[in-house]
Amino acid sequence: MQWEVVIGLEVHVQLATQSKIFSGASAAFGADPNTQASAIDLAMPGMLPVLNGEAVRMAVCFGLAVNAEIAHRSVFDRKNYFYPDLPKGYQISQMYAPIVGTGLVEIPLENGETKQVRIHHAHLEEDAGKSLHEDFHGMTGIDLNRAGTPLLEIVSDPDMRSAAEAVAYLRKIHSIVTYLGISDGDMSQGSMRCDCNVSVRPVGQTEFGTRAEIKNVNSFRFVEKAINAEVQRQIELIEDGGRVIQETRLYDPDANETRAMRTKEYANDYRYFPDPDLLPVVIDDSYIQRLRDTLPELPDEKRHRFTENYSLSDYDAAVLSQTRALADYFEQVVETSGDAKLSANWVMVELSRLLNQNDTPIERCPIAAESLGQLIQRIRDNTISGKIAKQILEPLWNGEGTPDQIIEKQGLKQVTDSGAIEQIVDEVLANSQEQVDNYRAAPEDRRPKMLGFFVGQVMKASKGKANPAQVNDILKQKLEG
Amino acid sequence: MHDKTVTELAAALEQGEVSSVELTQHFLKRIKEQDSRYNSFITVNDEQALFDAQAADARRARGDATPWTGIPFAHKDIFCTAGVRTTCGSRMLSNFVPPYDATVAARFKEAGAVCLGKTNMDEFAMGSSNENSYFGKVTNPWGEGLVPGGSSGGSAAAVAARLTPAATATDTGGSIRQPASLCGITGLKPTYGRVSRYGMVAFASSLDQGGTMARTAEDSALMLNVMAGFDAKDSTSIDRPVPDYTATLNDSLEGMRIGLPREYFSDQLDPVVAQAIRDAIAEFEKMGAKVQEIDLPHSHLAVPAYYVIAPAECSSNLSRFDGVRYGYRCDAPKDLEDLYMRSRAEGFGDEVKRRILVGTYALSAGFFDAYYLKAQKVRRLIQQDFINAFKDVDVIMGPTTLAPAFRHGEKTDDPVTMYLEDIFTISTNLAGLPGMSIPAALINGLPIGLQLTGNYFDEARLLNAAHRFQQATDWHLKTPAGLA
Repeated sequence: MQWEVVIGLEVHVQLATQSKIFSGASAAFGADPNTQASAIDLAMPGMLPVLNGEAVRMAVCFGLAVNAEIAHRSVFDRKNYFYPDLPKGYQISQMYAPIVGTGLVEIPLENGETKQVRIHHAHLEEDAGKSLHEDFHGMTGIDLNRAGTPLLEIVSDPDMRSAAEAVAYLRKIHSIVTYLGISDGDMSQGSMRCDCNVSVRPVGQTEFGTRAEIKNVNSFRFVEKAINAEVQRQIELIEDGGRVIQETRLYDPDANETRAMRTKEYANDYRYFPDPDLLPVVIDDSYIQRLRDTLPELPDEKRHRFTENYSLSDYDAAVLSQTRALADYFEQVVETSGDAKLSANWVMVELSRLLNQNDTPIERCPIAAESLGQLIQRIRDNTISGKIAKQILEPLWNGEGTPDQIIEKQGLKQVTDSGAIEQIVDEVLANSQEQVDNYRAAPEDRRPKMLGFFVGQVMKASKGKANPAQVNDILKQKLEG
Repeated sequence: MHDKTVTELAAALEQGEVSSVELTQHFLKRIKEQDSRYNSFITVNDEQALFDAQAADARRARGDATPWTGIPFAHKDIFCTAGVRTTCGSRMLSNFVPPYDATVAARFKEAGAVCLGKTNMDEFAMGSSNENSYFGKVTNPWGEGLVPGGSSGGSAAAVAARLTPAATATDTGGSIRQPASLCGITGLKPTYGRVSRYGMVAFASSLDQGGTMARTAEDSALMLNVMAGFDAKDSTSIDRPVPDYTATLNDSLEGMRIGLPREYFSDQLDPVVAQAIRDAIAEFEKMGAKVQEIDLPHSHLAVPAYYVIAPAECSSNLSRFDGVRYGYRCDAPKDLEDLYMRSRAEGFGDEVKRRILVGTYALSAGFFDAYYLKAQKVRRLIQQDFINAFKDVDVIMGPTTLAPAFRHGEKTDDPVTMYLEDIFTISTNLAGLPGMSIPAALINGLPIGLQLTGNYFDEARLLNAAHRFQQATDWHLKTPAGLA
């Protein structure tokens, strides 16, 4: 039996507001437990929520970025359930009238084509706190710093047909929210979390199979692995004569499998009703237009511009436009270096390698884009060779100065004085009589390959500083002349 | 001294006839000597009150007193008061000391008023007899064994017994007007959104409104001058200018149009009560007002709609009382579920549990449309009835309650009969309108109130009408027999 996989994602994006969605407490990550929880976040008696306008602005910006309808009137509802890290006994969310309606994103497929994924809606809600089950000797600690942090929950239609598509979609959402600057998108800190709705059906069947929901997957890699594991499970289950039941599951990365959550871990009747403490959010066209005017260039537009203006390949443009930080960095490098293709190579190959080695995101790259641009500039004006430039990258990373300072300090300036190069060439030839004889005896077509040996010797003798083109010319002249 | 109104006390303070410390001592002494009869206070604030009174006298000496500087008063124990226990009449909050002031409390503090203490109430403001308090039932000063009404029964009894010149209160379905009626005092529930709900423990958020309890309309106007106004901390508070409510108290009632809802004067109303209310309304006619009958055709649906919406909201509002962060926690919970179940089972009283159950049911999947949404539709119909009525009239009048005070225990076994106590008051909350109850008659020696309902933000007109009535009559001056 051939199976088709059907996936829909619910992505929770933590919005980068200064304060929480309904209180004035700071929404920053990483403070000591319960130091960023106000009386409102603690749900003290008589406390009331007041909506943070920034959260609304950010939600609307997202809606505009995915060409969604923006609701002129949206309503906050209460989702009622008991949990110790949910102080009010309800979460303020939007059930019946979300702020962002249906939208659309385009995702790249592995075969180079693109696919459209529909956004069902996106709504604002508050995050819960955290339960800490370790370190409390059989008790549970509650940290309410995160309680009330604004989230935008983006719900897709079940339009994805493979784990790879789901990851591409998630990357696209990540890219859009970071471009908009409405979230840091840092999955390791929970700024983006994902619930994956997964089902399978025989190829050709129109109705969907029963879905299982994998809760709270928190990395691109795990999304792919969790979905694949779940798909595998469902197919095996059905092929063994079983039936998939609609349930909530958790992905265990160690075992690489999904497991059903205990029924007590989720309630099934949330008793949603409109929160009487909050007024409907009413948005007019002029507000929407004002925000539309502030939208930055989005990933798709940027990718287009990169291929057109910089003549980059589709692949390079896609990689470099994936995050706004990387795209901005790249463009800064181009501006200083004056060569887009060379800049693209340096950013995507040499710099990426260093970033990966040091596990550093581009946002915290210690090499300023201007520095890298200058380095490339020095390759272009023949001050240094590409090979020397690679040697300079490391000291640049370590903050040992600007490219020019390092070139100066380490005496790496390329030797272009033909007299000096000639002298080295003469020495090399004098010490390699046998190879010289062989070269001269060899047929024409084998000579270029043999020339490499001499070039290598000269470069070595010059500590890599001799201008390779000149070395070539002079060697040829001497050997053949 | 305790027979004086706030207005008179303010004048006495201003004239230097008495100091705030003397006044405060006087009322504290009365509370100490007499409140065992009424149980109208849960917490008496002796030390802090005297300290505040000294500060008020000093402020007056500096020359920047407000009309409230140095005036003793009391807060219903639903308003959070920084550093002073706030119980909401519940075991659940019997140990709760808020670190913040409700906006209402902060405004009285700013004005320099002296809070004597916190008054008793039905638990979480749920009740019409003040028999649902964890801190014991309250007795109506008009008679041994009589209820004061509820939920603001403590505030009403304390004002009626002259233990405080005035008290704050709240009204979700009649909790100011009904006890005011039963205790023979003046109570005002403002328009929803007029007074901030910040720091007021929530019962039913879309209905709750803070208001006033005093002996006269004039004092009520003074109170509302302090309490009313926009508060950015309450999203449902309305940003609209606040008039000086005392400025229009003496305006003429010539030509004022009074509407009498046919539905409020049905056969079910005791003819004696009906006549007493008609007699009171006749006083307004003497002052030039025009009376006409009106229809509020959906009135009969108010109680059923209310008893879906209010419990639904309360079931959610009271979820925060889970024994985790503050308030009552059961002893030695075995696990999380045990902590929740026993903390809430032991911390809440029966009426609160009943309403949480009703509300949870009404919001449940499969019932939500039939109950909650239906009730909201009814609510809009009721609101529309009033909007239509106020096209033709300025004030709607009728009885506040079906009868005067009943006896302790008389209705405790029958919640539905108890709920009918608010039959005339509830629709005002559903519509969000301002309403008052003023003493209008004595029936068998017990007071009963006239209810005045106004258009949105028309508190000044209600106070004006009530004040002129009180200038012309003396029902508000009647005191319970045997009052010391």
